[in-house]
Amino acid sequence: MRKVYHKIIQIAGNVITVEADGVAYNDLAEVTSARGTSLAQVIRLQDRKVSLQVFTGSRGISTGDEVRFLGRPMRVSSSEELLGRIFTGAGKPRDNRPEITDKMIEIGGPSVNPARRIIPRKMIRTGIPMIDVFNTLVESQKLPIFSVAGEPYNELLARIAMQAEVDVIILGGMGLKYDDYLTFRNTLDEHGALSRTVMFIHTASDPVVECLLVPDMCLAVAESYALNNKRVLVLLSDMTNFADAEKEIAITMEQIPSNRGYPGDLYSQLAARYEKAVDFEGAGSITILAVTTMPGDDVTHPVPDNTGYITEGQFYLKNGRIEPFGSLSRLKQQVNGKTREDHRTVMDTMIRFYADYKETLEKQSMGFQMSSWDEKLLKYGKLFEKNMMDLSVNISLEDALDLGWKIFAECFDKTETGIKSDLIEKFWPKKS
Amino acid sequence: MLDSNNGYVVGVNGNMLTVEFTSSVTQNEVAYAKIGDLKLKAEVIRVRGNRADLQVFESTAGLKVGDEVEFTKSLLSVTLGPGLLKQVYDGLQNPLNKLSEKSGFFLQRGVYLDALDFDSEWLFTPMAAPGDHVSAGDPLGYVPEGIVEKHYIMVPFAFRGNWEVTYVAPAGTYKMKECMARLRNERGEEREVTMVQEWPVKVPVTCYKEKLMATKPLITQQRIIDTFFPVAQGGTFCTPGPFGAGKTVLQHSISRYADVDIVIIAACGERAGEVVEILREYPELVDPKTGRTLMDRSIIICNTSSMPVAAREASVYTAVTLAEYYRQMGLNVLLLADSTSRWAQALREMSGRLEEIPGEEAFPAYLESLIASFYERAGLVLLNDGKTKGSITIGGSVSPAGGNFEEPVTQATLKVVGAFLGLSRERSSARRFPAIHPLESWSHYKSVVNADEIKYAREILRRGQEVNQMMKVVGEEGTTLDDFVIYLKSEFLDFVYLQQNTFDEVDAASSAERQKYCFNKVVNVLKTRFKFENKEQARRFFQELRLTFTDLNYLPFKTEEFIKQEEKINAKIQEKAVHA
Ligand SMILES: Nc1ncnc2c1ncn2[C@@H]1O[C@H](COP(=O)(O)OP(=O)(O)O)[C@@H](O)[C@H]1O
Ligand SMILES: [Mg+2]
Repeated sequence: MRKVYHKIIQIAGNVITVEADGVAYNDLAEVTSARGTSLAQVIRLQDRKVSLQVFTGSRGISTGDEVRFLGRPMRVSSSEELLGRIFTGAGKPRDNRPEITDKMIEIGGPSVNPARRIIPRKMIRTGIPMIDVFNTLVESQKLPIFSVAGEPYNELLARIAMQAEVDVIILGGMGLKYDDYLTFRNTLDEHGALSRTVMFIHTASDPVVECLLVPDMCLAVAESYALNNKRVLVLLSDMTNFADAEKEIAITMEQIPSNRGYPGDLYSQLAARYEKAVDFEGAGSITILAVTTMPGDDVTHPVPDNTGYITEGQFYLKNGRIEPFGSLSRLKQQVNGKTREDHRTVMDTMIRFYADYKETLEKQSMGFQMSSWDEKLLKYGKLFEKNMMDLSVNISLEDALDLGWKIFAECFDKTETGIKSDLIEKFWPKKS
Repeated sequence: MLDSNNGYVVGVNGNMLTVEFTSSVTQNEVAYAKIGDLKLKAEVIRVRGNRADLQVFESTAGLKVGDEVEFTKSLLSVTLGPGLLKQVYDGLQNPLNKLSEKSGFFLQRGVYLDALDFDSEWLFTPMAAPGDHVSAGDPLGYVPEGIVEKHYIMVPFAFRGNWEVTYVAPAGTYKMKECMARLRNERGEEREVTMVQEWPVKVPVTCYKEKLMATKPLITQQRIIDTFFPVAQGGTFCTPGPFGAGKTVLQHSISRYADVDIVIIAACGERAGEVVEILREYPELVDPKTGRTLMDRSIIICNTSSMPVAAREASVYTAVTLAEYYRQMGLNVLLLADSTSRWAQALREMSGRLEEIPGEEAFPAYLESLIASFYERAGLVLLNDGKTKGSITIGGSVSPAGGNFEEPVTQATLKVVGAFLGLSRERSSARRFPAIHPLESWSHYKSVVNADEIKYAREILRRGQEVNQMMKVVGEEGTTLDDFVIYLKSEFLDFVYLQQNTFDEVDAASSAERQKYCFNKVVNVLKTRFKFENKEQARRFFQELRLTFTDLNYLPFKTEEFIKQEEKINAKIQEKAVHA
């Protein structure tokens, strides 16, 4: 039997300290108080002093409460039975169904040997032209949606998940609003996707420490499925809440903050999660799509800033649209040369004209004269925003490219596009 | 007796251990913390009384108070010898390919492998003879190692003082740890030399006569660099920029095309995926000059963002020590670190755990001196023979928080480097790559082209920008035709010369000769007076002229097509040129 400790010598924030022997770093304990039993994890050892972060928070814990060390770190089941199930951040069922305890694996495992990685090569189709045409999503990519609060980022996430051809979807909710959680669940249900989904949900009203566990739980399960030949899509919303939970613990532990209160290891903490995205040669893959809300629409805020340095691009969601500037898929060139021969040209030309359109808009707003060329650009810009950028547009990549040509033809003559003549020959819409 | 070198864990905080010891420990000494049979490598980073703080190069999960720690008495070191080229190492010089053979997809902690294959055989040719007087770093013989025809087997860098050669192995094939020579010093102490030596990474190798001024340009074949903000062989430069500005793409281009003997890439704390591109592509890319692949001249130190943070801190030192080893053979080595900010952050993490008094943005107060002493390890040196020179050029990318250059790492770096290639968000958003800002960047080194012409060109850029700013306020209507033409000229220079298409086979690399030739042509355009009826005409003319020049950039230098295209350009210029 494991020894039970009864002397909690410090309670601060969500961290308690007990005196104990033979406790291993990162191990779990059960803390039993009047409120019930909660898991806690060892986050510091100093002589006999053991500091633990209590998953359900320290509220109501008294110095005489019971701490029982489990002699193992945090684990999660990797069983196929997880599919269709919903858990808390700490891995407890949220759906009133039985707990699953077979095939337990440790979370936060080692990183993939870079020498074993391969160059990503498979496009993930989403039916969203701003992604498929302009910033193609690639299997094994890690990509956040940078978004201002209030934008429909969760809808976007759910929609991509529904449309993407993957075997398993793992949804990690961090500080998720209860309504958003229900929306996710209903959307998945409507599309009959629940049975290939696993959810680890921490809602805004759940204890903050559990929020910290969500990405690791999701990614540990994802990794084990991927090693079993599954193409896994991991959705994480919202990573800013994860970072804020990190901040809270760091401050409790009296760590010196580096930037706006965030701990100095924020970059490493985020990277440890995002870098789990991988394509295993000879097995499956993990693709990560995350939401990062930007306080004050500020990309230089520490969370989006550190994220941008880690991820392979970002989708920038603003005014209900994916902005073509500010958005980037760093992996698109790995795949967009192999889709259709006009893909890159249509992409480049459309963006170039859209940038010119923006300039013209500016000129117009300052009251400068509009030339006939400006008029053409204005027409183009409106068509582009309506037919390509609007998030309700749902068409295949090929249809989107055809549409691009149609818009060119509506606004410009062939030479004005500056497109190579062999492509014009082949793709310019024939007059009917 | 054995126990005297051991201690035990009294504290664990993230990757920092506090260890109580009984005898003595050395700063930066390597130690192993034991969890059962598993040994986790660590380094002493602070000693107070009978307690030492250690940074562990692995996850510390599972360690307990009371667990045993073994001190090794040796500093954190790398293994030097033939066979380093083409290797892919982690920050502690573990060969990643061998690790994957052993542990599969994942980096299992506590697995450490030899950096070199000690069973490999090398063809040795002696250079020294019994009776010769030598000192550390002097060659005793050589073995061929791929592109390095003479990989010198040297007097180990740690051999202090003067030595007399008493034996040198005859020409022949040997294994790495066989005795290649015996040396005796003044005190009669005799030691054996093999092909392998160890050197502590945090100590610079200084077995040379003197450090020289770096003056010779290092041709990167990037126009904006070689012409406007050149780098020198043995010099230092930095490329700060926000995410997505093109730091990594630029470093990769430089690593491909730079005119050096050896390239060491330190992928320090950034994306693993980017290293994979190098790992998969470099073995395939053949350098037309040597007929060898790019991998043949490269060593890759790969400690990406999710790999242990303490090993990330070590990785830049591992990289520069390998660079010093090859410089000692009279070679020109280029070290590229992406990104030095991640190294600085690793220092910050550790400093925080040590509860040191923080400096700005919580970086340790000694950050600046550490950055300075890292770049100090670059340089052109004259070796002990008084004739041979070798160089290390260091280029570090910097990832400033929020893209703001007023932050500690960028500022500390700017104080010590010889060239600042600042990447701007504005330019990368406009897809003007490489996004090096032509007005804010600077270099102390000498360009491949004439200084007066550069001055002239930069002046056009400056004035063009002024006109552009003004136009935003008063519109094109309110701008004079002359000013407008200056603006068009600056845009012309930007598009046809500063910008370069990394992904085009021809345009990706521009030789020094080609740069001189083409820059001259561009400056001629800048200096030419043109006559235009109106702005629309001027704009159209420059658009067309720009196109003829961009087309030229895609044609191999001095080929028939190239010459034909030049004629087109000349004809175009003549259309509107005013002759004095
Ligand atoms: N020279 C270039 N030519 C064209 N595109 C580039 C160039 N440099 C960068 N890019 C684009 O910018 C993206 C980000 O570049 P990268 O070097 O990874 O930025 P950083 O390292 O500064 O974050 C690339 O994926 C590519 O799309
Ligand atoms: Mg980069």
